[in-house]
Amino acid sequence: MIKIKNISKSFDDKEVINGISGEFVKGKTNLIIGASGTGKSVLLKCIVGLIQPDTGNVFYDLRNFTEADKEMKSEIRREIGMLFQGGALFDSKNVEENIMFPLNILTRMSAADKIERVNFCLQRVGLEGVNKKMPSEISGGMKKRVGIARAIVNNPNYLFCDEPNSGLDPQTSIVIDELIMEITHEFDITTVVVTHDMNSVMGIGERVMFLHKGHKLWDGSNKDIAHSGVQELEEFVFTNKIMKNLKVG
Amino acid sequence: MKGFGRYIIFLGSLFVRRETFMTYYKLTMEECINIGVKSILLFVLVSSFMGGVTTLQTGANLVSPFVPRFIISNVVREMTILELAPTIMAIIYAGKVGSSMSGGLGTMRITEQIDALEVMGINAASYLVLPKIVASLMMYPLLVIISGICALLGGYLVGTLTEILTPTEYVYGIRYSFNEFFISFALIKSFVFAFLIASISSFKGYFTKGGALEVGIASTQAVTASIIAILLADYFLAYLLL
Repeated sequence: MIKIKNISKSFDDKEVINGISGEFVKGKTNLIIGASGTGKSVLLKCIVGLIQPDTGNVFYDLRNFTEADKEMKSEIRREIGMLFQGGALFDSKNVEENIMFPLNILTRMSAADKIERVNFCLQRVGLEGVNKKMPSEISGGMKKRVGIARAIVNNPNYLFCDEPNSGLDPQTSIVIDELIMEITHEFDITTVVVTHDMNSVMGIGERVMFLHKGHKLWDGSNKDIAHSGVQELEEFVFTNKIMKNLKVG
Repeated sequence: MKGFGRYIIFLGSLFVRRETFMTYYKLTMEECINIGVKSILLFVLVSSFMGGVTTLQTGANLVSPFVPRFIISNVVREMTILELAPTIMAIIYAGKVGSSMSGGLGTMRITEQIDALEVMGINAASYLVLPKIVASLMMYPLLVIISGICALLGGYLVGTLTEILTPTEYVYGIRYSFNEFFISFALIKSFVFAFLIASISSFKGYFTKGGALEVGIASTQAVTASIIAILLADYFLAYLLL
């Protein structure tokens, strides 16, 4: 479980997120949603330590990450897997080398074990046989899947996904969403997904945190959104006509 | 001053939370090939022509019957060792290798590859930049030596083929009144320039913000800043050591 307490962050006197607290539950897909520019990605980067928050603390299973020393931070980071918006695959390495990279750096596994683990992860994300392809030779959806494979290769306890559906067609988006949810349940990890994709919210949002102008306005399950009573959330979620019809239905 | 302070902090960050020696060894060897071996052709080409042209121009200017012809190759030697091989080649090196380092790191930054390394608990600055600086320190002095030899050979070929001076005169001029310290001085300069180019270019690329346009801007700034640093260092080293 990940707990955040009173997280705030400003850039050049411009407040991006303010006093956000909440919990991300183990074994569930926890979504952070909100319109563009509401501070979702900044919050995610504060949680994983890519940005130091101005105030507040992040706890990984009761371990205070924000105030941890370098060794403890390094140890916690080794339990983290992250899928970035564009995949963030290393251009100079092929698919296999990309996925194997955390194993090379963080473990002392034998070469055969590493290959076996890479192949297992590739098979898990439905991408067998692409080991030797370069990132420039695969599609956007495949890059995301390779990114997921790299994120889970080291058996993480925490999985973070920043806009996993951005730039993907609706069909591939669903495949990626389902994959994230399956992996979360299968490996019983704490997954945090930043998204503004309503299909994802309705599809995999077991727990949802809604941000608006840098503040947390609501959290709960995707089933409760229609009855949240939060006007900004309803306006955000039900902007889409299909979603509106769903609500009416 | 703020930028200089950030540069010093950046250099300090290269030596904390390091990876294993073998990791750096492999990365450094890869960088040696990228920035050293792949630059040899350019250095040979430029240096040979530079030596040839210097011989031609010196010959054209030394027309007095009171000045012996071997002075031409003597001038070529002094110019090559003191300035052309270490300094002018450093400017070419900044253009080729510095812009590539900055562009590569800038692209890694904007495509979140550096963030990916940080999330894995790796000190991205140390992992990516330290091998580049070490490889540069290893390869640039070698390139300067190659450059010096090629410039002198280029001068020999042009000087003798155009009959500006005889082979014996050229070799005599090269050996005449030779100060061995100039070789040490050229190598000291090459180490300093190698460090400045690799570190400044990496610094500019590592902190790129924005998109493709900013990567281009960072590369340009890296080359400009490196050249200014080379010229300043060149002046101070000459002032201090000669």
